[in-house]
Amino acid sequence: MKLYVLAAISLALLVGASCVIGVANLSGGDLDTQMVLIVSRLPRTFAALLAGAGLALAGVVVQMSVQNRLVEPGLVGTPESAMLGLMLITLIAPSSALLVKMSVAAVAALIGTFGFLWLARHVPRRDPILLPLVGLIYSGIIGAAVLWLAWTTDLLQYIVVWQSGEFSGVLQGRYELLWIVAFVSILLWMTADRITLLGLGEDTARSLGLNFRQTLLLGLTLVAIIVAVVVVSVGSIPFVGLVVPNVISRLRGDNLRQNLPIVAWLGGSMVLACDIIGRLIRFPYEIPAGTVFAVIGAALFLWLLHASPRRSHGA
Amino acid sequence: MINIQNLSVEKDNATILKDVSLRFGQGGITALIGPNGAGKSTLLHSIAGLIEPTHGTVAVEDINITTARPAERAERIALLAQNEHVTARLSVRDLVNFGRWPHHRGRPTALDHQKVDEALAAFDLMDLCERRLESLSGGQRQRSFVAMAWAQETPWMLLDEPLSALDPRHVRDIMDRLYNLTRPGKGQRSVVLVVHDLGVAARYADRIVALKDGQLVTSGPRILQMTGPMLSKLFGTSLSIDYINGKAVVVPS
Repeated sequence: MKLYVLAAISLALLVGASCVIGVANLSGGDLDTQMVLIVSRLPRTFAALLAGAGLALAGVVVQMSVQNRLVEPGLVGTPESAMLGLMLITLIAPSSALLVKMSVAAVAALIGTFGFLWLARHVPRRDPILLPLVGLIYSGIIGAAVLWLAWTTDLLQYIVVWQSGEFSGVLQGRYELLWIVAFVSILLWMTADRITLLGLGEDTARSLGLNFRQTLLLGLTLVAIIVAVVVVSVGSIPFVGLVVPNVISRLRGDNLRQNLPIVAWLGGSMVLACDIIGRLIRFPYEIPAGTVFAVIGAALFLWLLHASPRRSHGA
Repeated sequence: MINIQNLSVEKDNATILKDVSLRFGQGGITALIGPNGAGKSTLLHSIAGLIEPTHGTVAVEDINITTARPAERAERIALLAQNEHVTARLSVRDLVNFGRWPHHRGRPTALDHQKVDEALAAFDLMDLCERRLESLSGGQRQRSFVAMAWAQETPWMLLDEPLSALDPRHVRDIMDRLYNLTRPGKGQRSVVLVVHDLGVAARYADRIVALKDGQLVTSGPRILQMTGPMLSKLFGTSLSIDYINGKAVVVPS
């Protein structure tokens, strides 16, 4: 209970800060305060929260699906596949609606993720570091294909946008697709027990009567949708799906029905905090939230690897 | 009753099980023994309905386990797989509660909580139930997984090498509990387990099933079938059975 109060307070503070901090001075009087808030600051705040929460949840699902804590969507080729799908639809039907592009990206992301799962079946499980290495190479190959395609078709500027999670361009009317993430998160929470079961391994899950393949398909479809929406609207943010679930799992365990809301909160808060920091460091210029997160996330991850939590030995 | 008829399993063009036919009834402990690579684990997974046979059928009680719906399967058989690479950070109680998943599907009732408590008590885990698995010793963790399978409340429990990497005290602890829980009486279960320790098989098994190179060598009551010559042939090294204070032990001869 205490934790929920803490979460609510910290969230309120962050949202408040995000609304106040920016180049346009809200108390200056020369601007329509209400308009700045509604058109820019609030959409930007929501976008950071939704993207962060969504990517963190996607990380949990991917980790449970392959029973490995060292992976995240960005390490299994999901965003790269989404970009490939986006690139193809942009080339084939450049004028299609954003929702159509996003759907194509989601389907491509799903196919790409299953490609990784197929690869993963052939990777020995004893050494947990092997799987992320394979994923790194796999997503690197897809990323290279995207880059080549972009280079030959003169679409390189798109890639920069899709790759660097950044919120300065978020305006009312141009980010609403991200609310799909909120909807998907609720669906994920409703299947939390099943996803925990995935994490116990295929044999155990199946012998407990879980339809393993169906659950895997459902979980990874939701991951693909989240990643596709985030890539399309603000650009992917690496490490959120890796760091946040690991922090929560270390501190509070893997009972996802209890912990998914906390994972979503920490993911959203951290990305929003990084966005705020990015606005302040070189004020009035901005640093992408994705860049700030990479620095903070790396530090946090190192701490995670070395800190020995209470009552726990081994991994 | 488990009824296996002409079961063959092939994987990647290699024959893992060849024409195995077996029947055994409820109750007691059945030990699957045999050298490495004999197909013991595959047989266990086939009985659990998790591997599709290339030929033949596996029936558990009244149903064909291979074609059964997942929920039907989970009412009849609990499988504890070997899964050292899985490191779920769950409390012991949460884990055992997942054993009740086939019954409550995420909405535990008072009965489910009671059954979880019973399983925790049966495997002496009450004091540990709020601890997380990764903070336990190997023996305690394995006991928790066995308790989870127990809580599933299926007539059959299949355990794939539940004793590997356990010291003698924990082996004895788990086997004594399983032995008592499989004796005739109210709520009697049947346990089928893969063991490498022949001493455990000699001491606790009611029945043995011996496999070699994917084929059935012998099966039946342990007292009749588990003999020195049979073991020697099975493992390709000379073994014999001795009795110390009336208890069977396997010794190299």
